[in-house]
Amino acid sequence: MDADLKSHGEAIAAALPGAVKSATVAYDDLTLVVEAARWLDVLTHLRDAADCLYVCFIDITAVDWPERPQRFDVVAHLLSPRHNRRIRVKAAIDEDQTIASAVGVWPGADWYERETYDLFGIVFSGHPDLRRILTDYGFDGHPLRKDFPTTGYVEVRYDDELKRVVYEPVKLNQEYRQFDFLSPWEGPDYALPGDEKAKGQG
Amino acid sequence: MDNALKPLNADEQGLRNFSINFGPQHPSAHGVLRLVLELDGEVVERVDPHIGLLHRGTEKLMESRTYLQNVPYFDRLDYCAPMNQEHAYCLAVEKLLSLEVPRRGQLIRVLFCEIGRLLSHLLNVTSQALDVGALTPPLWGYEEREKLMVFYERACGARMHSNYFRFGGVARDLPDALVEDIGKFIDPFLKVVDDLENLFIGNRIFKQRNVDIGVVTAEEAWKWGFSGVMVRGSGVPWDLRKARPYECYEEMDFDIPVGKHGDCYDRAVVRMEEMRQSAKIMRQCVDKLMRADGRGPVATPNHKVVQPRRDEMKRSMEALIHHFKLFTEGFKTPPGEVYAAVEAPKGEFGVYLVSDGGDKPYRCKIRAPGFAHLQGTDLLGRKHLLADICAIVGSLDIVFGDVDR
Repeated sequence: MDADLKSHGEAIAAALPGAVKSATVAYDDLTLVVEAARWLDVLTHLRDAADCLYVCFIDITAVDWPERPQRFDVVAHLLSPRHNRRIRVKAAIDEDQTIASAVGVWPGADWYERETYDLFGIVFSGHPDLRRILTDYGFDGHPLRKDFPTTGYVEVRYDDELKRVVYEPVKLNQEYRQFDFLSPWEGPDYALPGDEKAKGQG
Repeated sequence: MDNALKPLNADEQGLRNFSINFGPQHPSAHGVLRLVLELDGEVVERVDPHIGLLHRGTEKLMESRTYLQNVPYFDRLDYCAPMNQEHAYCLAVEKLLSLEVPRRGQLIRVLFCEIGRLLSHLLNVTSQALDVGALTPPLWGYEEREKLMVFYERACGARMHSNYFRFGGVARDLPDALVEDIGKFIDPFLKVVDDLENLFIGNRIFKQRNVDIGVVTAEEAWKWGFSGVMVRGSGVPWDLRKARPYECYEEMDFDIPVGKHGDCYDRAVVRMEEMRQSAKIMRQCVDKLMRADGRGPVATPNHKVVQPRRDEMKRSMEALIHHFKLFTEGFKTPPGEVYAAVEAPKGEFGVYLVSDGGDKPYRCKIRAPGFAHLQGTDLLGRKHLLADICAIVGSLDIVFGDVDR
């Protein structure tokens, strides 16, 4: 199974010279890392080539890696019902880069790209209707970015005097606690509060 | 030709399309769906669904909780079939950790996933009948759902938000009495399915409202990302339980019902038949669970991941340490990314999990079938009458818990 997928990945890489950076098999899944500039070429090839036929669109999403120079991974999952195979395609882009929209390849990509735009702020060029989808009308920010706090910035309540819902900055009675359960013996490499003083003395 | 006899075009008459809001509080919207409909007379020209009114940020919340703490979130997605969602998440984590589930654990999982399928289909087909004007079927359906929920309750203590599946198995074993009762439930239930079919599937009004409404071809279904009954209704025998078998579905004997026309009526009929097939799988599970080779542990004995039993904890120091470690820092997964999908009642429910090697998911994308299906309302609903929109939305089988996440 794994060898099958591996040779399938190599065949795709050979068919698209310069577009596929790597094809790896991990956890029974084939992952292609591709050039963001060739995103559409790769997807169209995957849909149309006889040994691919990934006609079923499954998912487009993103992963945020803020410490990397190219911050986002745009990830697409596809399914080939003919060959009974799945594939994952990834492309890395920067915060100010755009990536081509796959709506022309699979119309089903529409909402998935809107969702990725909404939650990560990734702009898909050529998308017919790139509006927010999951968050509130008039929402500010992109919640699934790692630098967006889990508590958010605004909260809503019904104001009895104004007779409407009002937005206010988040007020928490207790500070939001982000628990870090990693064991202190093998866990995080950041300085615990107070530790930095000890270093200065030494 | 005389000028006065020439038909005026719409612009000259000052006609324009009319936009109306359907929902967000509409009984046949199946939750908080707001549809902005552009109407030409009573014909729908454009459907623009506005979703997100039930968005709770599940994916964001998951990033700050340990793997185990995240299981209950999955009950709250598609709340009509909670355990099927947990199943996808557990499969994803098990794939990361390369965990094996013991046979009894697999059988219990399959049994309860099929109960989940019954719960979901019972609700959907009967409320589709309600959407087109029949009041009785939901009452009959709810009676059966109630019995199934009692099974849920007897297995895990909760009727809906079960939190029963664990990585490497299930939380606790089923008592024999419960397995027997599930076995006794099946035959009367098949009778109820027949009754329901007599009640509304053959009904003239039900046919008039559903046949040739919301037709989707197999090709369209694939490229719009449809799955489950939405492709099977269009004649494609695609079912993840057969195509990419997980757990012990391989040894189960069941058929995949397919439709012919891909319309709302075919989808309802496919769901009815799927309930019979689910009952068949349940009967096989019950038989296998009662046999000698169906006995044994329900979860892997790997206590680095699975919590030790309470009585072990009272006696064994090791078990106590494992328990403490599991419920304070949880367990760590190797870095990597996996995608695991199950055939949920509504279609392919997938979990894309990215791990950075820590004790929490770095990113978890939930691929909900309802999300893909709902965006197809524009494709399915165009040029239909306003009243057909109810039938179409009903046959898509959407639940806002998993569309909005």
